[in-house]
Amino acid sequence: MHADPKGVLTGLHFIDGDHAACEGAIAAGCRFAAGYPITPSTEVVERFAARIPLVGGVFIQMEDEIASSIAILGAAWAGHKVMTVTSGPGLSLMMEHIGYAAMTETPCVFVDVQRGGPSTGLPTLPAQADMMQVRWGSHGDYNVIALSPNSPQECFDLMIKAFNLAELYRTPVFFMMDEVVGHMTERVAIPRPEDIEVVPRRWTSRKPGDYRAYEPGEDLVPEMVKAGDGFRVHITGLTHDERGYPAMNPQAQDKLVRRLVDKIRKNAHKLVDVRGENLEDADVVVISYGITSRIAAAAVEEARAAGRKVGHLRLVIVWPFPEPLVAELASRVKAFVVPELNLGQMVREVERVVAGKAQVVSVPHAGGTVHQVEDILAKILEVAK
Amino acid sequence: MSVELATYDPQNLHLPEEDLLRSGHLACPGCGAALGMRLALKALGPKTIVVIPACCWAVINGPYPFHALGVPVLQVAFETAAVSAAGIRAALAMQGRDDVAVLAWAGDGGTFDIGFQSLSGAVERNEDIIYVCYDNEAYMNTGIQRSSATPFGAWTTTTPEPNIKPEPKKNMVEILAEHRIPYAATASIAFPEDFVRKLQKARSIKGTKFIHLWISCPAGHKSEERLSVHIARLAVETGVFPLYEVEYGTKYTINHEPAFLDVTEYLKLQGRFRHLTPEDVDFIRRSVAWEWERLRAKAAMGSSLPPPPSPPRRLAMAVSWLGE
Repeated sequence: MHADPKGVLTGLHFIDGDHAACEGAIAAGCRFAAGYPITPSTEVVERFAARIPLVGGVFIQMEDEIASSIAILGAAWAGHKVMTVTSGPGLSLMMEHIGYAAMTETPCVFVDVQRGGPSTGLPTLPAQADMMQVRWGSHGDYNVIALSPNSPQECFDLMIKAFNLAELYRTPVFFMMDEVVGHMTERVAIPRPEDIEVVPRRWTSRKPGDYRAYEPGEDLVPEMVKAGDGFRVHITGLTHDERGYPAMNPQAQDKLVRRLVDKIRKNAHKLVDVRGENLEDADVVVISYGITSRIAAAAVEEARAAGRKVGHLRLVIVWPFPEPLVAELASRVKAFVVPELNLGQMVREVERVVAGKAQVVSVPHAGGTVHQVEDILAKILEVAK
Repeated sequence: MSVELATYDPQNLHLPEEDLLRSGHLACPGCGAALGMRLALKALGPKTIVVIPACCWAVINGPYPFHALGVPVLQVAFETAAVSAAGIRAALAMQGRDDVAVLAWAGDGGTFDIGFQSLSGAVERNEDIIYVCYDNEAYMNTGIQRSSATPFGAWTTTTPEPNIKPEPKKNMVEILAEHRIPYAATASIAFPEDFVRKLQKARSIKGTKFIHLWISCPAGHKSEERLSVHIARLAVETGVFPLYEVEYGTKYTINHEPAFLDVTEYLKLQGRFRHLTPEDVDFIRRSVAWEWERLRAKAAMGSSLPPPPSPPRRLAMAVSWLGE
């Protein structure tokens, strides 16, 4: 279906990524947002406070990030599209509720405007060091989806996709911005509402007597209802059966947790979103995501100009990791170069999938600023010899 | 300035000489939090350990070696000022060091909101700490977002016009008093001798001591820097911020009888209240009067109550909130 015109500010804007992310969420149909001030994400909640009442939505500034991450789950179960936004320390506080969202299969979007860590770290400076935390941070086995925008325009465009995926897969979706993308001001074109596709909630068509809250469809995702519509609703973080009632035994655990993981894993081929450049003849492939992809692109261009056969694979959806694609590349390239604003997180995924078939070189950076083009270029030239 | 108030002669303040807030701090001009810390350390002296969670003071102290505080500082996570201080106190107690004051120094967000749970926990256990909340009535460090200390009607970036904050300010001292802690009090940077006396009294008491310090914030209140102390004084003299103390949740002492100037004298100097209608101002005026009636009623009730029953002898030492 098309976006509700009420929430779409069609036209050209000159805004930063934080503001664009808020507009993307409202355009995607988000009508409940909860947040707490934390640099560098505060501008998102400030814009929500001003904007969302105008479209009939609600923003609540919570007493902390724990409350923010819970309140959105309540609003989702009462029928709305929801999101919260935070940065490092706030994300750490949200971890229990990320697991709860995964377990209860609650569609929701968590925006993480990444800053340097650990702990308070660098509140006003960028990093990409929460990549593994969003994948594995809450306890237990589950799976998530994460997107990584590299511009204010993508903060708008990909936010629509993030909301759509949350609805399609009934899972928390992470929107992995960073301080630079959040605070960088660029041109943002917001399309007409009829050009924005939004995925509605997967409401059940069944009658109350026939509905089972966690009975999966073919794609392993169950249909949803909302509290108050006459359906029997029992939402719990305990291991539950298809009716939603607690079932504390190994069989129920295996069935449920396996499905929570498989609904992403087995649909991973539908969740590939990458931008490839010059991959056809490449000897060396740079794999990057988020803000680092813009520096990596410059390095790749310079390497090409220097006559090296270098390609660039940019991950737009970072989780699930595009395993078959990287494995295929590994069978025909000499080396991968993986720059990221952390001391080596996604590079471990590359190493795991490449499995020794090609050389994998990390270009780590502890954060605080972005890479220098020369740092990435030097690694490319080193492995391209 | 249209209002003439009795002022302190700065040459004649009865305050300790030593300054442990040294030159070179990073506070904004006119910052009440800097003045508050200066007074606090004058009161508590060099044998003090300061615990600071995320708040303006996490920045104000400045980076080593230019940091401004002449005492040890532990900068901790946002929600943990009270319990971090409790841990320090427990360690000092094991070492037999009861001559060191442990001061948790947190803003209103870290006290009223995110730090409330751990503060309540520490207070219920009657941890032997001094907790000062320096209250500028919003998240100023992240750029003026509302907190539950933001008063009715104030503009912030998350309560923009026309959606100004409809709720009243949370009353922290009353909440803390209801934990029956030995000592809870309000204080103001415009009444330095009162604040210093309260800290020194707090230091002499075993158990949790809570002081709610009202401070001005020119950047967040949209006020003139030179008027910071004046506005803080007007908060007291209009009755908006009463100065009082509560012992063991029952014994109330009102420390200063305000002049009860009209609240507009206080509101008009702050841009954050500029949009208020006469109806809004009248609501504030009536709320202030009602809060004072309530405070006086509590004070009267406390004075007529008999002392609480003494615990069994074997528990008397452990249940220190019951006194003696």
